[in-house]
Amino acid sequence: MPILSAPSHPLSDDEVSRIRNDFPLLSTELNGRPLVYLDSGATSQNPVSVMEAEQEYYEQRNAAVHRGAHSLAVEATDAYENARTLVASFIGASPEEIVFTSNATEALNLVAYSLSNASLGLGGEAARPYALGPGDSIVVTEMEHHANLIPWQELAARTGATLRFIPVDDDGALRLEEAASVIDGSTRLLAFTHASNVLGTINPVAELVSLARKVGALTVLDACQSVPHLPVNVADLDVDFVAFSGHKMLGPTGIGALYGRSKHLHAMPPFLTGGSMITTVTLERAEYLPPPARFEAGTQRISQAVALGSAVNYLAETGMDRIEEWERILGERLVSGLEAIEGIRVLGPRAGQPRIGLAAFDVDGVHAHDVGQYLDSRGIAVRVGHHCAQPLHRRLGLTASTRASTYLYNTTDEVDAFLAAVAEVRSFFGASA
Amino acid sequence: MSSELESLYQQIILDHAKRRVGQGPTDPSSGADSLATGESHQLNPICGDEVTLRVWLEDSRIERVAWQGAGCAISMASASVLTELVSGSTRDEMMEQLDRFRELMRSRGTVEPDEEVLGDAAAFAGVSRFPARVKCAMLAWVALEEAVLAANR
Repeated sequence: MPILSAPSHPLSDDEVSRIRNDFPLLSTELNGRPLVYLDSGATSQNPVSVMEAEQEYYEQRNAAVHRGAHSLAVEATDAYENARTLVASFIGASPEEIVFTSNATEALNLVAYSLSNASLGLGGEAARPYALGPGDSIVVTEMEHHANLIPWQELAARTGATLRFIPVDDDGALRLEEAASVIDGSTRLLAFTHASNVLGTINPVAELVSLARKVGALTVLDACQSVPHLPVNVADLDVDFVAFSGHKMLGPTGIGALYGRSKHLHAMPPFLTGGSMITTVTLERAEYLPPPARFEAGTQRISQAVALGSAVNYLAETGMDRIEEWERILGERLVSGLEAIEGIRVLGPRAGQPRIGLAAFDVDGVHAHDVGQYLDSRGIAVRVGHHCAQPLHRRLGLTASTRASTYLYNTTDEVDAFLAAVAEVRSFFGASA
Repeated sequence: MSSELESLYQQIILDHAKRRVGQGPTDPSSGADSLATGESHQLNPICGDEVTLRVWLEDSRIERVAWQGAGCAISMASASVLTELVSGSTRDEMMEQLDRFRELMRSRGTVEPDEEVLGDAAAFAGVSRFPARVKCAMLAWVALEEAVLAANR
């Protein structure tokens, strides 16, 4: 049950200063200027505690997990499983519902390939309800990151199912009235992003889940831009699968997670197969462990999982509700500041509308790559390009955009420095004459 | 303003990015029927920059270059400068220009441009110190090389 609580207060400037001291990279320079890091939507920086957790694991506990009679193996296993518990409780799940993957892309592919295997008849009677075929449809949105689009294109191609799309309007909001007709009795799976990595839009999960529920479709949530930035509770969201990446939430690269509703994970066939995920193996066949082990073949990313556990602790101790509030302030400052600059078109919701702390924009007469280069010379790191969302950019009439994305460690001064630099871009490139 | 940035965005480059010599229709019928012609389309998947470039050759001389594209100032200026530079060159001269330009781009700032051979394309020397932008400068040159090969087939 969601707990009703008073609106939380954002981080204070003093707290953000203290937080910044935990991140060594943030006090470095970029091209001779103090670094202004506004690319956390692509990858976040790491606090010392996370880096130390990984190092400590290697110095004191390193061993293969779930095997070996020695005490070191027991300690390594405990550290790995403790990380799973931390990640689970961070999003309101049970530990056995968390599968560690290398990133969100692998998590989404895991679901797609498991369904694909079920469609081939693997996984026996229990997996049969997960089989897709001709006449079935898979629904995604026009705003998806390629990681939550291409695995479903491939699944459709392998099974003969049809891929359908919920369109977005000119402001980048999902057209819910059309969603109600795109999702119909043929729909077996609905995959959508919680928060758009380009638009910053926070999608109406409850409405979409309700449409999927009505027709008995599975729901898959790409939470790469929400789990790091907003309080996320999978029980409240009531989705079947959630994918997210560790490196976007203060953790290291190489680790991500899939949340899967327990009854689905129990029924679905494995994706990757091999060691550590089996019970009995003969030369001809194998039987598999229950989840999550069934989906974790081979030696796992133990040190990265441990470090992700540390990252989750850092976020939970800071308070996700307060991080959300702080980034709401930064995001609003970004958007209202950008909208006030001539020749700038902000993608996604207007100022005053809900969004996460990021803003992608087009600069009239200047290509995004040149905008990014100019900002880089001022010490400001942003993302340029299509942000792995080509179809969305095409829908908005663009091939590329520039994106500034914030996190708990960014300051209002940094946002202002960014806005001041953006205001100079068009005159530098002779576009404002 | 940082001098690094100005070494990248030389005024010649900014001017060509706006003026865009040679930008226009690239269909074969826009040139004389008697000329050999070839076209190439190049895409940089990292940033989405695109160039479609067509050449017309008489014997082994480049009579005309036309191109269409969308992209950053570096890639558009490079297509424009290249059009001015190679128009009228023989195929061998063009290959020499291409080789020198490629060598310059791969030099990470260690090679002085040969202005005799490269003309205005020497202004791209600063790009070589920005490895992420070298592909932008090379895009139209790669298209040119392929288009000439196609014309000679």
